[in-house]
Amino acid sequence: MANEEIREGLAEILEEVAGVQPDDVSEDKTFTDDLDVDSLSMVEIALAAEERFGVKIPDDELANLKTVGDAVTFIEKAKAAA
Amino acid sequence: MRISPAVPGARILGLGEYQPATVVTNADLAARMDTSDEWIRTRVGIRSRRIAGPTESVADMAVIAGGKALAAAGLDPTDVDLVIVATCTMPSPIPHAAAQVAARLGIPAPGAYDLNAACAGFVYGLTAAASAVTSGAANRVLLVGAEKLSDWVDRDDRSTAIIFADGAGAAVVGPAATEDEVGIGPVVWGSTGEQVDLIRIADRNSYLWQEGQAVFRWATTALAPVAVEACRRAGIAPTDLAAFVPHQANLRIIEAIARRLGAAGVPVADDIVDAGNTSSASIPLALARMAARGDVRPGDPVLLLGFGAGLTYAGQVVLCP
Ligand SMILES: CC(C)(COP(=O)(O)OP(=O)(O)OC[C@H]1O[C@@H](n2cnc3c(N)ncnc32)[C@H](O)[C@@H]1OP(=O)(O)O)[C@@H](O)C(=O)NCCC(=O)NCCS
Repeated sequence: MANEEIREGLAEILEEVAGVQPDDVSEDKTFTDDLDVDSLSMVEIALAAEERFGVKIPDDELANLKTVGDAVTFIEKAKAAA
Repeated sequence: MRISPAVPGARILGLGEYQPATVVTNADLAARMDTSDEWIRTRVGIRSRRIAGPTESVADMAVIAGGKALAAAGLDPTDVDLVIVATCTMPSPIPHAAAQVAARLGIPAPGAYDLNAACAGFVYGLTAAASAVTSGAANRVLLVGAEKLSDWVDRDDRSTAIIFADGAGAAVVGPAATEDEVGIGPVVWGSTGEQVDLIRIADRNSYLWQEGQAVFRWATTALAPVAVEACRRAGIAPTDLAAFVPHQANLRIIEAIARRLGAAGVPVADDIVDAGNTSSASIPLALARMAARGDVRPGDPVLLLGFGAGLTYAGQVVLCP
């Protein structure tokens, strides 16, 4: 799965869970400050991403995912390892 | 040996509730600790909560809610032969609450015990009460969920003091009106003891502690399937429910479960906004208040879903009295 596909998938999840405009979701954006996603929405996003991409995102890993790019890279690696 | 005469079904005959007088608003908390009204409203959904007075006990609150439930059912104390109090916040393990609550209400020598399934306690209690009625072990059961979380929460800990609160809710359970009426549907219950450490009071000198995000993760994934299954077992489509009354833990959890239940348009209890999280009292408190407002009517099917420390959970469809 290409990076772009993962980013698009995340953008859809972000829109559904936290009402983020899909156009705003670029790799350099931080979830908390740029996209205004709070910690509980992050948990919901992680859960939705786990379901959609077939990966595991434990809470301690989740805490390290600051930007959309971090999440894309993490999901890509996790998929490759699966 | 003979067995007690069994009855085919049980139902709720009346509801009652009690909230202590003292209102603690988010502004009150923000004046005392590093928090804000905005943070609490967006993360948890609470605007204000009720806290019991220093000498007001779990049993005191249970007596008031229980008395109201008896009155609503049109019954006398002498009609009751079993009292169950669901609670996890008694000041000490013995004496338990049920026998003293019964005595103070003038219920003569009933069977009496407390039940601790934490925030799932009321639904576990309904199952126990319905089983007692249908097996013939009891005829009329007074079930109370009563909690004084404020005794076990550090009032200066912003991770818990903003959430937990005090109160009581009660139901009288008795035989169904007709042979084929099912007033208390099949329970779907379970536990995840592997996650025992997520919510706990470590010992008698400790305060309640929880791993908030892990609890949030569990609650938003594991519980919607329980709610769906409870409807399926009762033979009721989620969209045909008159209301969904989950444990009032956190409005974000409630909304996430409701979304996945697939009950668009069905009213969802949001009692937490002005009541806080009152553990085993939250479901009967919310249901009694919805009934008093006329949001649910006699005979309406309502889905209850309790969940919390243990971790423990239980879902069940019941008909409103
Ligand atoms: C308890 C709960 C509200 C905490 O929310 P959270 O988002 O997990 O909180 P965190 O501890 O991760 O903190 C997130 C941020 O808010 C801040 N914060 C935490 N508590 C705060 C409070 N009371 N007021 C203001 N800010 C607070 C933190 O400092 C942190 O800020 P930072 O990101 O700048 O460091 C939430 O986890 C929850 O409700 N979980 C479910 C628990 C539950 O329902 N239990 C009962 C089951 S019966």
